[in-house]
Amino acid sequence: MSGLAVTPVLAQLSDDFFGDRQGAADRCPGNNELCPGWIVDNFTDYLNPLWEHVLLSVIPLAIGFVLATGLAMLAHRYPKLAPPFLAFVSILFTIPSIAFYLILINVTGRGFATAVVALTAYTQVLIFRNVLTGLREVPQGTVEAAQGMGMSSRQILFGVELPMALPTIFAGLRIAASSTVGIAGFAFFAGAGGLGQSIFADPRFRGNVVAASVLMILLAAALELAVLAVQRALTPWQRAVSR
Amino acid sequence: MQAATLEFRHVHKQYPGADKPAIADLSFRVEAGDICVLVGPSGCGKTTAMRLVNRMIDLTSGEILLDGRSVMERRPAELRREVGYAIQQIGLFPHRTIADNIATVPKLLNWDKTRTKARVEELLDLIGLDRSLGRRYPAQLSGGQRQRVGVARALAADPPLLLMDEPFGAIDPINRERLQNEFLRLQGELRKTVVFVTHDIDEAIKMGDKIAILKEGGHLAQYATPSELLMYPADKFVEDFVGADRALKRLALQRVRDIDLWKAATVRTGEDSAAAKAKLADADLPYLLLVDDRGRPKGWLSDRALSGERIVEDLRSSADPIVEMDDILRDALSDLLAADTRYGPVVDEAGAVRGILSLEAVGHALAATGGHVPTATELARESAAHDGRATADGLSSGSGSDLARS
Repeated sequence: MSGLAVTPVLAQLSDDFFGDRQGAADRCPGNNELCPGWIVDNFTDYLNPLWEHVLLSVIPLAIGFVLATGLAMLAHRYPKLAPPFLAFVSILFTIPSIAFYLILINVTGRGFATAVVALTAYTQVLIFRNVLTGLREVPQGTVEAAQGMGMSSRQILFGVELPMALPTIFAGLRIAASSTVGIAGFAFFAGAGGLGQSIFADPRFRGNVVAASVLMILLAAALELAVLAVQRALTPWQRAVSR
Repeated sequence: MQAATLEFRHVHKQYPGADKPAIADLSFRVEAGDICVLVGPSGCGKTTAMRLVNRMIDLTSGEILLDGRSVMERRPAELRREVGYAIQQIGLFPHRTIADNIATVPKLLNWDKTRTKARVEELLDLIGLDRSLGRRYPAQLSGGQRQRVGVARALAADPPLLLMDEPFGAIDPINRERLQNEFLRLQGELRKTVVFVTHDIDEAIKMGDKIAILKEGGHLAQYATPSELLMYPADKFVEDFVGADRALKRLALQRVRDIDLWKAATVRTGEDSAAAKAKLADADLPYLLLVDDRGRPKGWLSDRALSGERIVEDLRSSADPIVEMDDILRDALSDLLAADTRYGPVVDEAGAVRGILSLEAVGHALAATGGHVPTATELARESAAHDGRATADGLSSGSGSDLARS
């Protein structure tokens, strides 16, 4: 990552989000006011960034879920692996996203892939920790009962421990979902578009900022609800009221 | 598969790095169809000993023979599917329905769906749970119902040996007693070989055909029937563990029909007074007991009732408490004490007087060291062979109230 490689990238980025700014003032009668009418008229302009943002959220979540769950299952099976794994995914989470993109751009180039790699990395700590906690919270007696009835360790993991950990796992996935939608707001630094790009395309125009931000909030809420719906479908016993 | 014999032969278990063995030279034999209770203070290795049987823990030396075959020759998973396993209610899978929980081992054994479903329904009937409860989750059941499901799950593949690790440990005393009675009734029908772990000596005495008392370090202190244990504790440790009230505990092992009852002088209204008085000579108690046409006790006659030529109904006191032949001696004694009396009439199934239970008769039974004191399974078998009134009542009221709650 030499300065030589980074400088032209930055120049190109700033060109992207400040290039269109001059014309923006004319588009809204109230010059940078909220202008709901303008938002309605220009709503279709946000659909493509929204779709990019959906992909930037859902794909890292899906890949991240599989990866982190696998890591957590390993760490559960071999407890010695848990501390180094946790340290690794925690460090990943502390890297500022802009720095992460700049580092990755030298490896994966500018674009969608770079954003997905970084966003996936950020989901790891949230999902990993919850999956591992969920697996560890399964009562010893339940696992022993399963062993005592002749279930293999694989049958116990997939048939008892993982299902019983689902509520905790999904709690982690919900946090990861809203967090990913938020962090994906910076994906345009990697050249991957998204609603962040819309915001930074005209940050002084309030109508533009509000329209893009509200869409991000709605997307975060929708994803959380979707995760919750899947959780409810997969954990019918949770709704069974204790009496 | 009916029931298997189980034999421990000089079994040792030493954990790596531990300076003392967890189990030391443990030898005993459980006959097919018997309940063997492993009991002792915490840290005595009773749970370890039980887990050596299905190889959840592997022994260091010695042999455990299941129907004559060493468990160490068996593959653990296969062995465990053949040996029923029940632990405290926490062992149920909260994410599976009651039916799925019960079907755990049949599924592991790849039974087909029809057979599994039929077996689940059969077991729900057996434990007195409505079949519709099969679709519920464990959290929707009462503690007592969950425990019954735990037993049903352990019985699902009809194992010849059942391991039960403090199965009634987390249950309140009233429901625990009910579950114990139910289990003994089931055992009277099923006659499985059972290894039952508990820390509660009263539970051990109630449930066991044989009791193995373990002391710290996994040493066998005594292996005997409950009555042997109560009458002849092997050493100070057993004596202390069994408790100072061991003579009283023996009362829990006997029924009213097992002891020598006093003869009663029974009369009916209208009988000749002189003849009635003559009956007293033959009786153990100097009071006449008035009975109705069918011999059922009405009360103790006063002297005035005999003043005329014929006996009239003039009572000095009621006949309470009325004791049944099948009552546990301890409960009958408790009834006497509660009624503040020294004697009470004993009636048979038809309610007719068969004799008198008195404090003296109970005392005599306690003092007698000879004679056969039946074990829990024998009692259960006997009452299952009878009409099983005492235990069956316990069961129907038990499941009834539980069902009402759900």
